[in-house]
Amino acid sequence: MKLFGVHLPMMSSLLIWAVLWEIVGQLELTMLLPPLSSIIDKMIDIVPTASFMIALGETGRAFLVGTSAAIVIGVPVGILMGQSVLIDRLLLPWVNMFLSAPLTALVPVLMILFGIGEQTVIITTTLFAIWIIVLNARAGVKQISPSLVEMANCFGASWWQSFSKIYVWAALPEILAGVRIGFIRAVKGVIIGQLLVSIVGFGRLFELYSANFLMEHFWALLLVLFFFAFLMAEGLAALERRVSYYASNR
Amino acid sequence: MNLAEKISPVNDTSAVETPAVSVKGISKVYPGGVQALDNMTLDFPKGELISLLGPSGCGKTTLLKIIAGLIPATSGEVLVNDKPVTRPGNDRAFVFQDFALMPWATVMRNTAFGLELRGMDKSEREAIAEKYIKDVGLSGFEHSYPHELSGGMRQRVGLARALSMDADVLLMDEPFSAVDEQTRRKFQEDLIRLVEVEKKTFIFVTHSIEEAVYVSDKIALLLPRPSRVSEIIRPDICRELGPDAMRRDSAYLDTVEQIWSSLRSYVE
Repeated sequence: MKLFGVHLPMMSSLLIWAVLWEIVGQLELTMLLPPLSSIIDKMIDIVPTASFMIALGETGRAFLVGTSAAIVIGVPVGILMGQSVLIDRLLLPWVNMFLSAPLTALVPVLMILFGIGEQTVIITTTLFAIWIIVLNARAGVKQISPSLVEMANCFGASWWQSFSKIYVWAALPEILAGVRIGFIRAVKGVIIGQLLVSIVGFGRLFELYSANFLMEHFWALLLVLFFFAFLMAEGLAALERRVSYYASNR
Repeated sequence: MNLAEKISPVNDTSAVETPAVSVKGISKVYPGGVQALDNMTLDFPKGELISLLGPSGCGKTTLLKIIAGLIPATSGEVLVNDKPVTRPGNDRAFVFQDFALMPWATVMRNTAFGLELRGMDKSEREAIAEKYIKDVGLSGFEHSYPHELSGGMRQRVGLARALSMDADVLLMDEPFSAVDEQTRRKFQEDLIRLVEVEKKTFIFVTHSIEEAVYVSDKIALLLPRPSRVSEIIRPDICRELGPDAMRRDSAYLDTVEQIWSSLRSYVE
């Protein structure tokens, strides 16, 4: 972006908000919003601590397992839905329902089923991420040019060969977009799961900090989380850009 | 029919080569009741280029896809080298109207894709692909991606892929219709040379009369409503003339005129 002829670096708008935050914080209007500088001080304090590292490990593990399951199940299911009208008719209403359902309300039910612990958090994460991944993989398959599928048939492709050599690749731009959005939803999922279970990971820390009105700690943790989520989304977006060259001419 | 007549065709088949592709009483009714083909019978002799020419809706692409084994016929049968067709096979290779290249794969991988599906070794299939990439004039583009090529070059990849299958029959579905006019002419000249060199049977679907007359050994003129082969035309053109003289040859122009007069009434 250019302003008064000066080329502004990306995300320079964040600087304005950071300055505004600092000013409001320094005015001590509310204890809920400490100045940004003291939050960053606190961040440097708490990140190396053992309790933070353990929480990070727990959250990271739950997130990775949950999203991996969402991809491993979601992508093939989405591709099958795109290929077969029958499977599509059977599953689409459920996928659409869960996509818009308030999944948070399901977590207490999951706790009864899977216990108060990591398992519930992982399943919550998967549930948050999987539906959009399914829908995007399905949309990706729907737009494959029929002649590409005919080509594979014509040259004698087996079912597995057309799946792994044509469908997955032809739908890859949509699949990656779905995974990116799924991951962002999974961040919500893992934290909501942990908050409700409230004895593991970042959820426990959030609970601890807000219950004791440790607002600097609270904001520091939130910023760290935001930073991770942002890095991940950008990483996936970069991956998406690598395949976008063929998104327009499949 | 008396006995003598019944016996004589048997003697004939020993003298005359069996056709590469034989279409016998093929009908195709699409779900919803649209009749694309009605009891069509047609022979495609070995080593010739036969065009299926006709206005849109005459079922020429449908017939080609039935021969390819991509869609089933409602009744009748197709024989390729005397074996009935039930599904796609190694004896036929298809060239697609919209090229059907994998945009995420290089020219090399696209060309070798048919062989890759057969499970051939990478080095072996790439050696074969290399040869055909050279044959279609794409040397130096092995590692380019389809979006980096022009339409004409993309179809050359489609052609190289079909040729590398070493199939007896090449099925071409309006292969040059998505290519600009200049490139198309060059393509047609290359195709004539290819038919001479490759000794394969080409079945070529087109809606361009000029193109059909120019490249074909034989033209099957298909007419719609009901879909049928109205006549078989053998363009009587001397290929030795060279491409430019050929296009001015009176036999060429007469054949074009003759076909147009047959088709005229079917074009709104």
